[in-house]
Parts: sequence; structure tokens; C-alpha cells
Amino acid sequence: MNNVYEGWAGFEQGTWVREINLRSFINHNYTPYDGDESFLEGPTEDTNELWNMVLDLFKKEREHGGVLDMDTKVISTITSHGPGYLDKTKEKIVGFQTDKPLKRALMPYGGIRMAEKACSDNGYTVDPEISEFFKTHRKTHNAGVFDVYTPEMRACRSSHIITGLPDAYGRGRIIGDYRRVALYGVDRLIEDKEEQKRTTRSTMYEEIIRDREELSEQIRALKQLKEMAMSYGFDISLPARNTQEAIQWLYFGYLGAIKEQNGAAMSLGRTATFLDIYAERDLANGTFTEEQIQEMVDHFIMKLRLVKFARTPEYNELFSGDPQWVTESLAGMLVDGRHLVTKMTYRYIHTLENLGPAPEPNLTVLWSTRLPENFKRYCAKISIETSSLQYENDDMMRITRGDDYAIACCVSSMKIGKEMQFFGARANLAKCLLYAINGGVDEVSRKQVGPEFTPIKSEYLDYDEVMHKYDAMMQWLAEVYVNTLNVIHYMHDKYCYEKLQMALHDKNVKRWFATGVAGLSVVADSLSAIKYAKVKVIRDETGLAVDYEVEGDFPKYGNDDDRVDSIARDIVHIFMEHIRKNHTYRQSIPTTSILTITSNVVYGKATGSTPDGRKGGEAFAPGANPMHRRDTHGAVASLASVSKLSFLDAQDGISNTFSIIPGALGKDDRIFSGDLDVDACCAPGACVSPTLFEGLDDTN
Amino acid sequence: MKGIIQQIESFGTLDGPGIRLVVFFRGCPLRCLYCHNPETWHGNGGEEKSVEEILAIYNKNKAFYSKGGITATGGEPMVQIDFLTELFEKAKKSGIHTCLDTSGAVFNRNNAEIFKKTEKLLQFTDLVMLDIKHIDPEKHLALTGKSNKNILDFAKFLSEKGVPTTVRHVIVPKITDGEEDLLNLGRFIGGLKTVKSLDVLAYHTLGVHKYENLGLPYPLEGTPQTSKEKAIRAKEIILRGIYEVRKK
Repeated sequence: MNNVYEGWAGFEQGTWVREINLRSFINHNYTPYDGDESFLEGPTEDTNELWNMVLDLFKKEREHGGVLDMDTKVISTITSHGPGYLDKTKEKIVGFQTDKPLKRALMPYGGIRMAEKACSDNGYTVDPEISEFFKTHRKTHNAGVFDVYTPEMRACRSSHIITGLPDAYGRGRIIGDYRRVALYGVDRLIEDKEEQKRTTRSTMYEEIIRDREELSEQIRALKQLKEMAMSYGFDISLPARNTQEAIQWLYFGYLGAIKEQNGAAMSLGRTATFLDIYAERDLANGTFTEEQIQEMVDHFIMKLRLVKFARTPEYNELFSGDPQWVTESLAGMLVDGRHLVTKMTYRYIHTLENLGPAPEPNLTVLWSTRLPENFKRYCAKISIETSSLQYENDDMMRITRGDDYAIACCVSSMKIGKEMQFFGARANLAKCLLYAINGGVDEVSRKQVGPEFTPIKSEYLDYDEVMHKYDAMMQWLAEVYVNTLNVIHYMHDKYCYEKLQMALHDKNVKRWFATGVAGLSVVADSLSAIKYAKVKVIRDETGLAVDYEVEGDFPKYGNDDDRVDSIARDIVHIFMEHIRKNHTYRQSIPTTSILTITSNVVYGKATGSTPDGRKGGEAFAPGANPMHRRDTHGAVASLASVSKLSFLDAQDGISNTFSIIPGALGKDDRIFSGDLDVDACCAPGACVSPTLFEGLDDTN
Repeated sequence: MKGIIQQIESFGTLDGPGIRLVVFFRGCPLRCLYCHNPETWHGNGGEEKSVEEILAIYNKNKAFYSKGGITATGGEPMVQIDFLTELFEKAKKSGIHTCLDTSGAVFNRNNAEIFKKTEKLLQFTDLVMLDIKHIDPEKHLALTGKSNKNILDFAKFLSEKGVPTTVRHVIVPKITDGEEDLLNLGRFIGGLKTVKSLDVLAYHTLGVHKYENLGLPYPLEGTPQTSKEKAIRAKEIILRGIYEVRKK
């Protein structure tokens, strides 16, 4: 392969020239940046004007009760809508999901009822012809799932022992490698996919038929992507030739995906360091100035802040708000020891200063202890000022995910373009414990949901008896849970296939089967109470255990106490082992997550009183958090408890939501500028108020 | 030997540099009117812990403390000086930064035993956070129930011994915020050689509920919290006093 493309001029060649391989391209061409933020440029006039227009739109949207406009007539596809602009003359990066900003698209393939409800709850009505079409002529993912669900699966679903299942909405959690669009141009990607199709096996068993059909869908999607870009006046057949084109091409790739899919998390990937290679080349050639490049980045991020989907109030309740999870993973380390911080990493974070703080895109720093000091300081500074950065442990994830992975949603890591995941919501382990005690009878609905095991009849709970029954109940739950997800993902592939996102993946994709658990700290504390204190069962007239009285004290998860922390760790391991015993759809590899960052309230509401003393309906702690107010030995002890959970049993992520008042994190430097840390953080002259340097050191 | 410990906080960020394991010792000879840890006044109760147990807690999570260390506070840690010295000595052997948060009230130059023990303790102390409650002897007596003679002497002793010191001072409305007193405090600090920083704290009422729990009357009932602005002004006055002396 020759260096035939104009867009590749000056790039160092490598494997990436011969095959689609972004990691190789980055390794050969990027420039690590160890300096500080002083090179950054503020917003341009155009940026300020555009952003004011956006703020105005957000305000209007709020005034309209949360939704500004909805499309009720046009089914969203990559090419369904003509171009949309804020102000064409000012935007350096263009493209909206529909023909205007904040107009939410109609996406019925996940489920027509959900699409209808999202409209009707917001005061709109889906065109009756479309409703009729999807109820009579074109099946949806949701309809397919309910054709197959067993009565047991339905019972688990309605009793909330399995919750948040993506059976009526888009599963999301797939990250297309949008960088490919910029580096290779779409024609090369189509060529590659055609080659993949040409080389499938020729014996037509089911898997091959499906592969060939999917590859055809992918190729079609790539062609549509070109068409969509063309409607904005850009020919993206060939590689991008400069920074502006690279950002624009990449964004078109992402835009195509969010025109096609309303997924529960539509994450962006790991794009900053890739784009920096173009920026470095343009700065060196004098093609663009730093100010121009920052302007492009600001406009790109602005677009990402305007990503919206049509959703129902229930959906928003489950996810606490209206999140899109446009997650961008920043920094991290290469396995060869170089860090991946570039000037572009700074420019992305700097948008929080130029445009102000925002929850989206979800800027996530892949943190390593070996990141450059200047960058760490900049992150800390921006976190303090904006509270808008997320941090995740690169040193931990790099071991299994290598150095070109990204986060989907909040914590799910996957190698970009090589791995995807089947999002699986979560199983309620706290409710499962109550099922173990009540012989499979739901403590809220009083229906027999789980297997009809003998309930525990003793006045006080015995640890060994409870564990024995709990283990069996977890095995049952894991089985019905995995099988429910098998149904869901089969149908999602069939009726709501992510063709563009999968077109931006390799042929042989590794699929993660991402289960999840809720209520871990409730279970750990409950079992600890049973083991180390006395737990008396309160039964109603039918003999159903409805409440518990704890006599005496017991070790509580969140205090770095191995007696209970080991219970938490073991429960995750036992449940994961039960998950692993089951067949998973499409040779996917089971993982689990402990990350109910927002839905812990909803799960708690549906769960009766538990043996740890938590009353029925009370919220669970989020993710792997200790229960509220039960961690009494300070943050380090609390974090230490969480860190004992095995990542290999919960590879889809463990979250610990941690809030702290600023005063507890250190001194307010406006008062205490003479404090010890001044030595380290204040260069002479940097502090405005009088410091001890002025007060004392002058004379020393 | 075992220490009598009220509580161990795993994430201390205000009591010395970095993130620190903060050990609250029980027992205190002072009865400061604004004390926010009255539960630590008495030497009995609490939990008995050995040095090894405390260091085990530290070592388990030492990654968090790489830029911090251990702080002994209370109560008055120097009440249990033998245990405290053992803790700091063993901590130093493991390369752990040690910080002593003290009022200095236990110190006594005329008591040979205490003097010797203090000398030994300071060998293993990287930083002393000395809380000077009041510079005026009579007002100090009224505020704390004890004279400040030994406390100020302890400050001088730290200066002689070259022990890095942070001076802390709490600003309580109408009690410790007099301009002349603050200036005098500054002048006193100005004469010390090892003071590295000055920590002026605003009086707050976060400890009031503890008095209720202990069934004690709250001595400063009705005294308002000190505002940030006022604390900054007080700090500037103290600095002026320091500067005045240092200029000479």
C-alpha cells in the first residue's frame, strides 16, 4: 500500500497503513505533551455567540417542560433528515440529529410503544400511520422479546428482581470507532467490509447467514453516512486532510450512530489523542493556529452537548435525569510506558472553561499514577472549578483492556472497534436474599416468583442456613437473568441492529455479556448482621417474613473491616460463578458490574425490609457504595472496603459514588494561604492574599 | 503498651500535610470553652489500641498516605506521652511522617521526667501543630482553665530544638479576637525560629451536638460562628505582629 492519500502526508507509516488499525496509527504518530495549560486559548467571538444561542435554546427547552420539539412523522435514519444548523456562518463543526437543534428524533425500532409514550408524555402524538405500520407490518425489538419471554421471566421483571432491562429501549453501550472515518475515509472502510463479506465461509449455516446479512447492513450504513455528510457539503469518501476535517469526519461518524440509535449510552470513545496528531501537523505546517484549533474543539464539544433523545419520564427516573452518556475517555498510558496526554487532551478539558461546566460529554480521565504532573494539576484545578470530570483507574483496566480502550456509559471498558457489549441492566441481590428467606415468594407482591423452596421458619436467622438457601437462590436468579438477556440481545440484533456502529468495528468482535448487580452493600451488611449480631424475623399472619429486628452490633461494610468486606467480595464471586455456568448468546463472555449510580433509589423502592435493618422502600446505596452513614471511619476506610472487591469478578466496572464537602478535602486557600501546602503550590507571587512568605521568610 | 484511643479517622486532610491517618487520643488537661471534641476530655473509656494495631491500619492503606502520614490529636496526645512516643518512634522507623497536634499544656521544664520524655518524643516528631489558645495569661486561664505559661514555654522549646511548627489559633468572637491580643500573639510567634506556617481557624459550632449527647451545658451558648472574612482579618493582624518583630 502506497501513501496515496493526501490526508496521510507526513504521517509515519506502520501496520495501520495495511490494515484498519488505529492503535498502530496513534503509536507511530502522536506527540506526548508534558507541559502545562498555558498554551490554551480562550473562546472566540463566534464560539461565544454560538454558545449563547445554545444557552438560549436550553432555556426554552426547560420552559417547555424539558422537551423543545419532537419529530412525530419522520423515522430517524442516518439520512432521514436534511442538514441542520445553529448559525451556518459561524459553526466550524456542523451536524444535528434532526433538521434543527434539540428536536428529538423518532426511533421506533426498539419498541413502538416506548416511542409513542415518549411522545405522548411530552404532549406529542406519533403519526398514526407510523404507529400502525410498526404494530402491523414491521416488528420491533420490544415485540420480539415479548414473543419469547417465559412466564417466569415476566414475573421476575414485574417483581423487580431483575430491573432496567433493555427490552423496550435501545441497549446502547456500543462504541463505534469513529476515528476510522477520519483516518481512512469511508470508501476504504467499505472496501474493508466488502472484503470481509467476500471471505465468509460459503456453507450457509445460521451464523454465516447472519454475518453476511449484517455485513451488508454495515456497508449500506457506511454508504448512507457518506450521503448524510454530503448533505452538509462534505465528501467523506477519502481521509481527512486537516484538523477541521478530522473532527468533522469523526463527528459525522458519531452523528450517524445517534441518528440511527437511541441507546442507553451512546459513548464517543477515545478521540482526543488521535485528533492531536492532525493538530500537531497543522500547527507545524501553519495550516491553523492554536486559537482556530481550540475553536473547532469548542464547536465539536458544543455539538456533543446538544445530543438528545426522546425518552419517557420513567426512563429518566431510572437513570435520574436525561443522560446520553456521551463519554470521551482521556489520557491513560500506553503499554510501552509513554503517557497519552497530548495538547488535545488539554483542549477537550479546556472546553469546560471556554463553554462552562457541563455533565455532557462525560469527560473521563483514565487516571494513572504515572500521568505527567502538570496534567494531574490541571485536572485537579478543573475538577475543583467545574466538578465535571470523571476519573477511572487506567492502571487497573490497562491490564486486561490494553491501551486503546474506552469507557461506554460510566464505567464499562472495551477495546475500541474490537469489543462491544450486550448491556444487561442488573439483578437485585438484596431482593434475592429475601427470596431465599421466604422460599421464592416476593415480599412486596406476595407472589411466588422464585422456585418454591422451603422458607426459613426459625425466629432468629442462622448464617449457615441463610447462606445455603441464598446460594441456591442466586443460582436460580443467575440462570433466569442470563436467559432473559439472551432473548433481549437476540432480538436487538434482529430488529434494532446497530449497523453503523458495528460497521466501525473489526470483523471478529469480542462480545461482553454485561450483567450487573444491585444492593451489594445491603446484602453484605445483612449477612454480617446475621453472622455477628442476632436478627429476629418479623412475620405477618401468613408467615411471610416482612421485617427484621437486629439485636446487637455488627461489622458494617465500608469500614475496612475484613469480617464483612470478605462477605461482599464472596457474594460477587459466587454470583459471578453462577452467571458463568450459563449459556450466553453469541459466544459472549460474561462479566458483571456493580454500578447502580443513579437507579439505586428505584431498586430500593421495590424491595422490602432487609436483615441489616434497612426498612422496606428505602434506597440502596449506589453501586458498590457502603450504605449511607454506616461508614464511620472516614473515606480511606470506606474506599478500602470497596477496593477489596475483585475486579476480575466485576470486569464491567465497580463504582463508588463519593461526595465530600470542599472544606473536608483541605483548607480553603482564600483564608489559609499561609498553610503548609503553600510551600508546594504557590510559586512566588502566585498568591494574592498575604502569605507567610511575605510575613516570615523575608527576613530569614 | 496500649493507648486509650477515642477514634481513628482514615481520611484526615486538615491536620497536617497530605492525607493522614488521624488518631484521637483520650484525655486532656484543658477545658477550652469552644472545645469541639468534649468526648475526649476524660482518660477513661474509648478503645485500647496497641501501636502495632494502629500501624497495621496505616499500612493496610498506605498507598493513600504517600504524601501524608500519621497525626496524633485528641484530646491531648501528650497526656499519654509514653504510648505516643512509642507510636511515633515505630512510625519513623517505617518512614512515616509524624505530626503532633497539641496544646503543649502537658509540658513542664521544671519536671525532669516530663522534660526528658518530651525531648525524646520530639526526636520522632516531624511536625508540631501547636494550638495557642490565647496569648494573654489571664484570658487564657478564663478560656481553658489553665495558665499558658508552660504552653508558651513549649513553643520556645520547639524553637530551641528546631522542630518545624505550625501555630494554630482559633478566632472566637469577643474572646480571642481582640486586636491587641492578636498583635501580641504575632509578636510572640515572630520571636520563634521554627514556625513554618500559621493556621487561623474560624470558630464553628459543629461540636455543639456532642455536648447535648454528653449531657453537658454548652459554655459558648449564643456565641456566633466566626466568618471567613473575620478570620482573614485576624490572620493579617497576627502577621503584622510577626512582621514587626522580624523586621527588627
